[in-house]
Order: sequence, then C-alpha cells, then structure tokens
Amino acid sequence: MRASLVVAVLALAGLLGPPGRAADGRRSDAEAMSPALRAMQQDDAANPGMLSVLDGEALWSAKAGGAGRSCADCHGDATVSMKGVAARHPAWDAGRGSAVDLAGRIALCRTERQDAAPLPPESPDRLALTTYVAHQSRGMPIAPPDDSGLRETRARGRTLFTTRIGQLNLSCATCHDDLAGRRLGGTPIPQGHPVGYPLYRLEWQATGSLQRRLRNCMTGVRAEPYPFDAPELVALEAYLMERAAGLAMETPAVRP
Amino acid sequence: MARALVNVPKTAKRGEIVDVKALISHPMETGYRPGPNGRLLARDIIDRFACTYNGTEVFAIDLHPAMSANPYLAFSVVATESGTLTMTWSGDKGFRQSETVAIEVA
Repeated sequence: MRASLVVAVLALAGLLGPPGRAADGRRSDAEAMSPALRAMQQDDAANPGMLSVLDGEALWSAKAGGAGRSCADCHGDATVSMKGVAARHPAWDAGRGSAVDLAGRIALCRTERQDAAPLPPESPDRLALTTYVAHQSRGMPIAPPDDSGLRETRARGRTLFTTRIGQLNLSCATCHDDLAGRRLGGTPIPQGHPVGYPLYRLEWQATGSLQRRLRNCMTGVRAEPYPFDAPELVALEAYLMERAAGLAMETPAVRP
Repeated sequence: MARALVNVPKTAKRGEIVDVKALISHPMETGYRPGPNGRLLARDIIDRFACTYNGTEVFAIDLHPAMSANPYLAFSVVATESGTLTMTWSGDKGFRQSETVAIEVA
C-alpha cells in the first residue's frame, strides 16, 4: 500500500517535473548552462535582461504618437492585463488573415492605435516593450492557442524546420531534434525551445528577439536569412512555441 | 540617462558584511571595432566606478576596454552605520551617473 503510494507520488512528480522540464524529455536550455549563468538569470539584480524590462516599463506608460495615448491608457496595469499574453503568441489575426508574434503585435498597436512612428525590428524600444510584456508571463506554461489559421502556419513552420537549407545543407531538425544534447565543437546542442525570448545573450551583449536568433542560425548554416517580420520567421516561431508547449516561460532569459 | 539596477539590503546588523550589486546599461564601445564605414568607432566606455558610504569612498574600480557591455559589479561592504550608499559611474563622452540607496543599520 505504502509502496504504491510512493510510486504514485513519484509518477505525479515526474508528470509535473521541475519548471522548465516536461515529462517527455523536453527541457529548457537553461538546464544545460553553467551554474554561474543560471544564477545570473535567476537573480533579477544581476540579469542584464532586466534593464530592458525596466525600459519597457517606462515606455508602457509613456504617451506616444498622434493619438497621445500610452499602452497603459488602454491596457491598464501590465502586471495584470499582460499576464500570460506572451505564452499565447504568435496568435492568429483574423482581420489580417495571418499570424503575428508578440513584437509584431506591439508594432501594429504602435502604428494603428497610437498613430506613432513604427518601431523597427530589433530597435531598443520594440525589444524593451516586448521584453516587459513577455516578462509578465514568467513562470507560466507556454499555451499555444488552437486556431485553424494557426494550424496551417505551424504546419508551414514545421516544414521550414525540417527542410535542409544553406551551403551546409542542414535543417533545424538535424541538430535540434536529432542531435540535441550532444556537442558541436565544445558547445552543447540545445533542444531549441524558445522559452525566454526576448533574452539577453552574452555573445550579443544585448537583448535580442527569437527572430534574431533564427536569422543567426540561418547565417550559421550559410543560408540566406529571411528578413525580420517575414511570414516564414513568424511561422517558425509559431511551430517552435507549439513544440515547447507546457514549458515555463523565463523572459528575460540569459544565454551564452 | 542610462538605466541602472542597484541592489543593497535595506537593513543590516552593525558590523555585518553586506553584498552590493550594481548593473548599468552602457554600450562599452572598445574603440577597436570598425564601424559600417570601415573606420574605427570612437571609444565610449565607463572608466571609473566608485561607491561612497556616507561620503567616504569604500570601493572604486577603474574599467578598461575589455569589459563587456552593461557592466555588472558586485562587492561587499561592512555595515557600520545607517546612511546612504552612492554609486557613481563616469566615463567617456562626459558620461556620469549616480544612484543612491539607503541602508538602515540596527
């Protein structure tokens, strides 16, 4: 009786698992990092991504554009209204008939609702707002919405993920599905779950988006990267978020 | 104004060693990197950081171009009396920023 209880408890523990780890072996890439780097991510006083969060917090309540409105004027307190929003993006925009990621949504809000100058991709302000909004979902499981349009987008993303590209003739799946956990040179190959974007990458010495990371990888296999905000990149994001469903958000993460 | 994150415990016992953490956003351009036009980008770094405790300097460091962007500094001070800790970063292009935090010593 007691043994079966222990088994049941263990099974439950395995099912829930520690944050950033799923029962099926999927895990956050933070687990492969050095203890020093993990400590840096967990300590808000040492995590340089928090600088973007602070910038975003200031931008959230700053009035902008012809409408003279701030994000807070419509959305109120971000710690309440934006909770879990990043875990549900990319989302389907029925009016536009396409998928939009969180940064794209913010950029659209900026031009359409605030009537302000567009925020270019990877501009500090767009990254700061995205990081601030995504930070509100920290610790929440990634929950991709169910939508017929998104299903198509994800299928397209999956095709892109498994298609060999570039002079090195590699697909994303070659490394991140088949060889994850092994090493490329001295570096561990991560499973590539986008749990902490926008994140602070030491190599960049800056906060960057998932699209920047994807474009990096494409350049790495010597393929021509898609431009920022290209539907292909959003499709890849949508597929990756579905692939990471259930893992906890970490924004702003720190990665080497 | 650059954004800075300073972390000091709000309260401490007299004689306790407390950790101070200071993170500031700064590009720390080395002066050795070529820009898009092939010319070297002008050096733009923080070259000195100092911390004063009720006006007395308790920690200072000279920084050089090999430091990463957004430098993070952590050090310890002995809590002797209630008062303020003032961190000052200064550097190229007239950069100067101060942050003050209060500490209560019981």
